[in-house]
Amino acid sequence: MKYPRPPAGTHPPNDSPGYRSTILRHPKEPLVIIPHTLSELTGPVYPYGRMEESDSDLTRQHAGEPLGERIIVQGRVLDEDGRPIPRTLVEVWQANAAGRYAHRVDDHPAPLDPNFSGAGRTVTDGEGRYRFVTIRPGAYPWRNHPNAWRPAHIHFSLFGTGFLSRLITQMYFPGDPLMPIDPVLNSIPDERARQRLVSKFDLKVTQPEWALGFTFDIVLRGSNATPMENR
Amino acid sequence: MSDLTPFQTLGPFFDFGLIIRDGDIVAQPGAQGRHIMIEGVVRDGAGDVLPDALVEIWQANAAGKYRHPGDQQDRPLDTACDGFGRVATNQQGQFSFKTIVPGRVPGPDGKPQAPHLVVGVLARGVLTRLVTRLYFEDEPSNAEDPILALVPAGRRSTLLAKRVAPDRYRFDITLQGEGETVFFDV
Repeated sequence: MKYPRPPAGTHPPNDSPGYRSTILRHPKEPLVIIPHTLSELTGPVYPYGRMEESDSDLTRQHAGEPLGERIIVQGRVLDEDGRPIPRTLVEVWQANAAGRYAHRVDDHPAPLDPNFSGAGRTVTDGEGRYRFVTIRPGAYPWRNHPNAWRPAHIHFSLFGTGFLSRLITQMYFPGDPLMPIDPVLNSIPDERARQRLVSKFDLKVTQPEWALGFTFDIVLRGSNATPMENR
Repeated sequence: MSDLTPFQTLGPFFDFGLIIRDGDIVAQPGAQGRHIMIEGVVRDGAGDVLPDALVEIWQANAAGKYRHPGDQQDRPLDTACDGFGRVATNQQGQFSFKTIVPGRVPGPDGKPQAPHLVVGVLARGVLTRLVTRLYFEDEPSNAEDPILALVPAGRRSTLLAKRVAPDRYRFDITLQGEGETVFFDV
């Protein structure tokens, strides 16, 4: 597996002052370009062993059902050649339906839900597919600028084929009016790249009389293509 | 070809999703090699500590072998050293790992690199992943390491963990400003 450098505009620059917290947290010195050695070409493929069924169904982790709109979020994890990445760990975390995280630091005055923790994990199958059942998260305010609100999102963490394929990202929902004014999403320069973080409502994934379905495919760094075929 | 999914920040509320017990244990007590503790603090450009950073490390075992199918070297695996660690910083910005000093692994030209860990730092206010390396200040082979050689001489010390006790190394990470850690474009 080779790991071509990402095309310009795909990832946000770490210096993105519209997102205020970046101001003191981005390196000011230039990054040092290094070749990929065995250290970068390997990586934690599947760091944690045991998985339980309720790990991927966030509505079944407590005695009762959480409040909110039940949803199915599914998709495929692929490399840059479009090939599935099987048996790789996918982790998610999110706010509850009221826009509150079950986290000690979240002081948004919205109710916690005793039946919702908001964290899940699963492993992709042989075709790179993953699937979560959860609750549609609420939007929530933050203090980045006056009257700032984050669009509803689910955090994703993936490992893929090696250290260089590691990805932390956020999945958004189609039609959310907060997306065009969100400094975090808009830190990504390329509009088409931003659109790749927006899940698609999917009637085929939707289960009648039970839950709406959303599809979110994820493409991680890594290609087996020969240089001729490369970008 | 498929287009890459972009990075987004880890945000402040990750630890209930990503942190599990023993994420700091990279090598079990039975692992081969010299057992050490690595500890440090993550700081921002104002010198304040980050109480909400995620630090990940990846390393070879004592024989210089990675637990990964991409490592085709004829060297032994060690079931007690899986090579991956992941911890959140605490309210004082501190992190620590229990591990072993890794063996030397080949560099770009096949010559051995100095013992090192690859390190990823994620946090609220960090929109991608900051990648660096940890080397050991008391390793003579640092002088011939091909990656350290690419780093301006005046900044190399930011990549050297200080030996503060026979089995403890200190590795502080400064995201910005005076003593800014060298981060890599990989």
